[in-house]
Amino acid sequence: MVLDSDKVKKIAHLARLGIKEEDIPGYAQDLNKILGLVENMSAIKTEAILPLAHPMEVAQRLRADVVTEVDQRVHFQKNAPAVEAGLYLVPKVIE
Amino acid sequence: MQWEVVIGLEIHAQLNTKSKIFSGASTAYGAAPNTQACEVDLGLPGVLPVLNEEVVRMAALFALAIDANVSRHSVFARKNYFYPDLPKGYQISQFERPIVETGSIEIELEDGTRKIIGVTRAHLEEDAGKSLHEDFHGMTGIDLNRAGTPLLEIVSEPDMRSAQEAVAYMKKIHSLVQYLGICDGNMAEGSFRCDANVSIRPQGQKELGTRTELKNINSFRFVERAINYEVQRQIELIEEGGKITQETRLYDADAHETRSMRSKEEAMDYRYFPDPDLLPVVIDDGYLDACRATLPELPDAKRQRFIDEYALSVDDAGVLTSSRDLAAYFEATVVAAKGETKLAANWIMGEVIGGLNKSGLDITNSPLSAERLGGMLIRIADDTISGKIAKQVFEALWQSDEEADAIIESRGLKQVTDSGAIEKVIDEIIANNSGQVEQYRAGKDKLFGFFVGQVMKAMQGKANPAQVNEILKKKL
Repeated sequence: MVLDSDKVKKIAHLARLGIKEEDIPGYAQDLNKILGLVENMSAIKTEAILPLAHPMEVAQRLRADVVTEVDQRVHFQKNAPAVEAGLYLVPKVIE
Repeated sequence: MQWEVVIGLEIHAQLNTKSKIFSGASTAYGAAPNTQACEVDLGLPGVLPVLNEEVVRMAALFALAIDANVSRHSVFARKNYFYPDLPKGYQISQFERPIVETGSIEIELEDGTRKIIGVTRAHLEEDAGKSLHEDFHGMTGIDLNRAGTPLLEIVSEPDMRSAQEAVAYMKKIHSLVQYLGICDGNMAEGSFRCDANVSIRPQGQKELGTRTELKNINSFRFVERAINYEVQRQIELIEEGGKITQETRLYDADAHETRSMRSKEEAMDYRYFPDPDLLPVVIDDGYLDACRATLPELPDAKRQRFIDEYALSVDDAGVLTSSRDLAAYFEATVVAAKGETKLAANWIMGEVIGGLNKSGLDITNSPLSAERLGGMLIRIADDTISGKIAKQVFEALWQSDEEADAIIESRGLKQVTDSGAIEKVIDEIIANNSGQVEQYRAGKDKLFGFFVGQVMKAMQGKANPAQVNEILKKKL
């Protein structure tokens, strides 16, 4: 797999990264080197190996359906750049 | 050209837990903004989700009710997308291993036709927050109280062939989740909403046409209207030589039209992958057996029982079992009315439901209890009051906390069955209306109603109608 500059732009967009046009070839080169390194793993025979999402054979523990949290809005909103009427304010989004 | 419509629905049912799917914050509706959003819901660094046991139980109940397999090993995945009301940058959902596997449900159309609709899957996921686009100095306000609220997304097969079938399916699922007690079904509050995938193809063609997805429809009426509008739009577009583009469309109920929201090219790239913060959910037979033991009587079974046990018509049984609460109200009324099933059914479907609709109430907060209604029905059945007077008693029951017997007593509404008293009144009326009596005797039968009316008026409606008819006929 080789990344061209369009792919780099798309990945940057998905990650919400602002990158400069002139830096794109450099990113593409670096990313392709990383992918090349990962590509080495293709040499390993994996036909007999099942996909693994978790390294341990354990199941999810569940919690009781009980409300344990109290209102900490004032505390949390100290971190927010802008709040009004209890809402977090963000740049306008219209879909 | 004859077109065939193909519809599949994705229903989001909000599970009515007390706390969120992955945190201990409350899910109560209507709280002040962001007062029910904790660190986990805000997606602060370092927090970890812990799954609520109730959502697993509720999903399992749903699976059992639609004869679906429960996955013994289901997995949560991250669905990545960027939107300010999703602070983590991903929604925790299920992708490859949903908790509920293939099942099916039978729907019934208005003409009585039955049809099986396949359910492809149902999976657990968290809801996002809410964006408020009112003007905050050109900014958007975010309320994260809803973030992390548990949802069961129920995905159907593209088995429906008309808007009517889609509505019947949606109603069936709506009734089922409420019977199971896993969702309050409140569509106005967004607890139950659906997206519809709609396409058309020439009659007889096997492969599916290009579909559009209609987003966020929150009433039965809108589902029908949105689908019908979209089908018409697609037919016109194709017949004019156009092509359907795969896209997401929004139904605007005010303008009654669907509008393009985003096309396939702009479609999100969700980059699903298993969530490393959550382990697989493992369910064993013992757990499922315990769930099965708590399954309530389901709508179809209850309706059949109402037909068999109370001799109700199919339609009446359908209305009375449309919700578990209404069915319970009916059964309590029948007990209180000492088995007067027909009276109970008629009064509930007529006056009670009518009264509730008028005041915008639900059967669970009816001002008239089943016990008090039953008390009145007993008095109709034993001829203490006539059906007509019963309307007055009902009105008084609705407005007060009094019992029917006390109302009948204090307002003197007891039916007069003493034939002597009725005869006396009839004699007077015959004496005072000699003209009408002559006309009647000369063959003007219609005047009989006039005499009945006069007697009832003189006796303030309290005379037993059958007795009045009988005595009048004799005397005239």
